[in-house]
Amino acid sequence: MNSEMIIELIREVQTAYEANASEIEKLDQAIGDGDHVINMKRGMKTILEKEEELSSLKPGDALNKIAMTLLSSIGGAAGPLFASMFMGMAKVAGTDDIHDDKMVAKMFSSGVELVKQRGKAEVGDKTMMDVLIPVSNLFSELVEKRDLPKNELLQRLMDEAERGMLSTKDIAATKGRASYLGERAKGHIDPGAKSCQLIIFAICDYLMNQE
Amino acid sequence: MKKFINHVDDVLNESLNGFSLAHSDILKVNLNPNFIMRAEKSKAGKVSLISGGGSGHEPLHGGFVGFGMLDAACPGQVFTSPTPDQMIAASEAVDNGGGILFIVKNYSGDLMNFEMASEILGIENMTVLVNDDVAVEDSTYTTGRRGVAGTLIVEKVIGSAAEAGASLAQCKELGDHTNKMIASMGIAFTSCTVPAAGKPTFEIGHDEMEIGVGIHGEPGRRREKAKRADEIARDLVDTIIEDLKPDHNAEVLLHINGFGGTPLMELYLLFNSAANELEKNKVKIGRSLVGNYTTSLEMAGASITICKLDEKIVKHWDSPVHTAALRWGM
Repeated sequence: MNSEMIIELIREVQTAYEANASEIEKLDQAIGDGDHVINMKRGMKTILEKEEELSSLKPGDALNKIAMTLLSSIGGAAGPLFASMFMGMAKVAGTDDIHDDKMVAKMFSSGVELVKQRGKAEVGDKTMMDVLIPVSNLFSELVEKRDLPKNELLQRLMDEAERGMLSTKDIAATKGRASYLGERAKGHIDPGAKSCQLIIFAICDYLMNQE
Repeated sequence: MKKFINHVDDVLNESLNGFSLAHSDILKVNLNPNFIMRAEKSKAGKVSLISGGGSGHEPLHGGFVGFGMLDAACPGQVFTSPTPDQMIAASEAVDNGGGILFIVKNYSGDLMNFEMASEILGIENMTVLVNDDVAVEDSTYTTGRRGVAGTLIVEKVIGSAAEAGASLAQCKELGDHTNKMIASMGIAFTSCTVPAAGKPTFEIGHDEMEIGVGIHGEPGRRREKAKRADEIARDLVDTIIEDLKPDHNAEVLLHINGFGGTPLMELYLLFNSAANELEKNKVKIGRSLVGNYTTSLEMAGASITICKLDEKIVKHWDSPVHTAALRWGM
């Protein structure tokens, strides 16, 4: 993986967002305040406007630059949280292109850890962490298994993301905007969790079709 | 959607431009990153007060920039917290050597963005968190009570103290103290439309009201059939009194805040209902404020805020202030 590919993946995520915007928007209006999709789209647009500059950077520097760009363009809780994800990944990524899937898993896990520290949420709080933590744990576990075909690994990560996303439906929120609704948030999938599942699906789908 | 708009992406910047043109004697606006600061820098050594939050709550916070209140305000996108680069640029622009005090409404987004600004900023800074909304149960397992209309009282009180020469730590302590004396709760009759979304944030029947709403058009704790003003005032005042537990014959500041779509005539009617309810509870109204100060775009509805008064709070509430939205004594 190099910086160009990181940009390519963000473009894939942007396309997936365009296609699924109304679904996330509905969830966010039901238990949030309806600004998540608008904010995420603004963040991705700002990054893609810097495509040329970012592509020329080393992976670690590109990830850091993306983090700072998201931090100043998304706003809301999603800004600091997604920025933390990229800062965490940048910490592990070095200056060389990344070829090893163990390295990618380590980067992802480092990103998720920073998101966790910033948002102070755990599994079961009805947030994006209900998707990110289990997917990160499974990813770290699966890369240790030799001979697991790439597409099987990606499929299992997608299944785990979907399971985590669906698990947010029947719990009351204890963190974030939805927590103000108390029991009324039950029965609605968390928009942040849905958002993360969508991103993971877009990335895995793309990678499955790559050599 | 019928609104005064040229292009949906320009709403915020054009509104900020108009704001700076209309109040050029008091403030100026910096775009990219966006912040509003006093036209004249305050005196050397004074603690600089900076607040911020999503746009759509005007006059909060930009309308409170000026002598006796804020040094700067950072407006985010509509209902979206501002980003750390705004707070950092505003801090660097208004720093007087007395340190920076951030006044933050308790929402996860605002909190995280101000937290990151505070960590990155190379100037001594502290934060006062406002969480006056009693509609949200305060528990260790939730994000906690939101910051709503009581925020302006905190900004006024600390603003006055800072002007009088209080240190950063003293301002922080006074802010935390004032926050504990305030409780608010609101109801909405309608939702509101974020320009970029183009449709109302939630659906509500013509005969219904949403109880315990925040200030972002997000749904509240429960929905009921709309009731008479006296009954609404009783529900809200009783919940607030239960939380604040004022002493017998205590004096309070009663603030009726409109959400943007309710006429002043009704806000004064609600003030009357709330005043009757306070009298029944043997609580005296020492100071009052009625108007649209912490709004949710065009949402119809109002919140009631009560602040227990002590000598310090009264002194700093009464002191001169000169901002776009609050002005007295000068």
